[in-house]
Amino acid sequence: MTDLSSKPPGHKRWATFLYGRPGLRLALLLAIPVVWLVGVYGGSLASLLVQSFYRLNPFSGTLERVFSFDTWAAVFTDANVAVMIRTVTMAAAVTVASVVIAFPLAYYMARYATSRMKALLVLAVLVPLWSSYLVRVYSWKLILAADGIINWFVERIGADAVLQALLDAPGIGGPSLSISIFGQFVVFTYIWLPYMVLPIHASLERVPRSLLEASADLGAQPATTFRKVTWPMAIPGVAAGSIFTFSLTLGDYIIPTIIGDSSPFIGLAIYTQQGVAGNLPLAAAFSFVPIAVMTVYLTVARRFGAFEAL
Amino acid sequence: MRKAGWGLKTAAALTLLFLHIPILFVFLYAFTTDEASFRFPPPGYTTEWFSLAFSRTDIRAAVSLSLRVALVATMVALVLGTLVAAAVWRTRFFGRNALSLFIILPIALPGIITGIALRSAINLAEISFSFWTLVVGHATFCVAITYNNVIARMRRTSPNILEASMDLGARGWQTFRHVLFPQLAPAMLVGAMLAFALSFDEIIVTTFTAGNQQTLPIWIFSSLVRPRNRPVTNVVAVFVVLITLVPIILAQRYSRRSDEA
Repeated sequence: MTDLSSKPPGHKRWATFLYGRPGLRLALLLAIPVVWLVGVYGGSLASLLVQSFYRLNPFSGTLERVFSFDTWAAVFTDANVAVMIRTVTMAAAVTVASVVIAFPLAYYMARYATSRMKALLVLAVLVPLWSSYLVRVYSWKLILAADGIINWFVERIGADAVLQALLDAPGIGGPSLSISIFGQFVVFTYIWLPYMVLPIHASLERVPRSLLEASADLGAQPATTFRKVTWPMAIPGVAAGSIFTFSLTLGDYIIPTIIGDSSPFIGLAIYTQQGVAGNLPLAAAFSFVPIAVMTVYLTVARRFGAFEAL
Repeated sequence: MRKAGWGLKTAAALTLLFLHIPILFVFLYAFTTDEASFRFPPPGYTTEWFSLAFSRTDIRAAVSLSLRVALVATMVALVLGTLVAAAVWRTRFFGRNALSLFIILPIALPGIITGIALRSAINLAEISFSFWTLVVGHATFCVAITYNNVIARMRRTSPNILEASMDLGARGWQTFRHVLFPQLAPAMLVGAMLAFALSFDEIIVTTFTAGNQQTLPIWIFSSLVRPRNRPVTNVVAVFVVLITLVPIILAQRYSRRSDEA
C-alpha cells in the first residue's frame, strides 16, 4: 500500500496552499482595494487638508504653494459665518419637518401593513431614494413656477392673500415661491424624506407588539403609550435618519442653485469658490466646516443609539 | 390586529403622495406645447420634443458618456467591493474596522467633500480631467454599495460550505465556481444594479471630476441654470427617471426573491 498522505498531488492546489496561509490570502485580496481606497480616496482627503494651507496670491490671484494660515483666516469672515448659520438652521428645520412627515408613514408600515403591502411601501420609499435626484429637484421648479400648478390652484380657491402673506413673511419669503426660502425648505424636505422614513420604520419594527399591549393593559391611553413606549423606542431611528437629512443638507449645492433666492449655503460656497472664483484652497478649507459639524453631530447622534439603528 | 385609524391612514397616504406626485409633473411637461414657460395647465400636448431630443448630438454624446462611466465604474466597484468583503468576511486583521469605515466614508460624508477632495488631488497631482477621472470618482462611492450588498450576503453564508467543498476534492477554482459564486451572485447583481443607478444620475462628485466633459446630469444641470430649450430638457429628465427606475425595481424584486429562497 502506498502512503498517500505524504505525497503531494501532481497538480498545484493553490486553494489548499492559500488556505494554510491566511496572511498571504488576505494580502492578495486586499492589495488592490487598499491602494484604491486608502491611496486614492484617503490621499485625496489628505490633499484637501494640504490644499487648505496653500493660498492665492492676493494681487495676482495665482496659487501659491506655500504653507500659510491666510486661507483658514478667510473662512471665518462674518459673511461666511452667516452662511454657516443659515445652512445649519436650514438643516435643522429640514430634519424636524422630515421627522414629522415621515413618522406616520413609517408607523403605518411597521404596525398595520400586511407583508405584501409593506414590500410595496418599502419600494415606494426606495425608488425616490435611489433615483433621479436632479430630476426630482427639477420637478419642483415646474410646480413652484409663477405660472405653475400651485399658483394656479391658489388662484382657483381664492387664497391669493394667504400665499402673499407667506411670501411677505420676513426670513422665509421671497418674490415668488420658486425663489423663496420657504420653497427651498420644501424641496430639501422632499428630497431627503426617504432617508428618514426607512430608519424610523426599522426601529419601529423592533417594538414588540406585546409591549404595546402591556402598556394598554396597564391602563395607558393610546397617546400615553405612544409618548412613553413607542416614541422612546423610535428615537434611535429618528437619530439615524437625522444624520442623513442633516449631512445631506449641509453639503448640497444643487437645490440652492435651482430653487431659492441664490443666497449661499455651505455647499454652494464651496462650489463657487472652486469653480467661478477659482480659489481651490478656500474651497478646501471651507469643506472642513461640514466635516466638523458632522463630527459633532455624529457624536451626539451616537448617544441616542443612532448607530445601532442604521 | 387592530385597524389603523383614519387619521394615521390619511397622514401616511399624504406622505406617499408628497413623495411621488412631484415627479409626475416632469412627465406631464414633457408633452406640453408651451416652449417658454411652465404654464399649468399646459395649453396643448405634443410628442414632437421626443424626436427633437433624440436627434440632438450633444444629448446623445452625454447619454453615451454617462452610460459608459456608469458601466465601467460599476464593474470596478463590483470587483473592489467583493474583494474587500471577502477579506473582511472570515478574518480579523489589523485595520479591519478602519477599512470598513473607509469604504462607507464616500457616501457618509456629503458628496461635495468627496468631490472637492478628488478635485484637489487631481489639481495637486496635475492630472488632466478625462473619462478615467470620472470613473475613479464614481467607483469610489459605488464601492460602498457593492461592498454592503456582498458582505450582507456573506454574513448569511456559512464558511463551512467551502471546507466541505474542498474536503470533497474540489479545487480552488471549482469551489469558487460551483459553491461560493452561486451564493454571492444575487447580491453582486443587486449591488451592481444599485451602483449603476446611483452612478448614472450622480451630479455632485461628477461636477468635480469632469473638467469640461458633459455627462447627462451635467447637461441637465447646465440647461437648468441657463434655461434654454426647456421642452428638450423635460424629455431628457423623463429619460433619466426611466433609466434609473429599471435597475432599482429589478434589484428590489431580485433581492426579495433570493431572500425568500
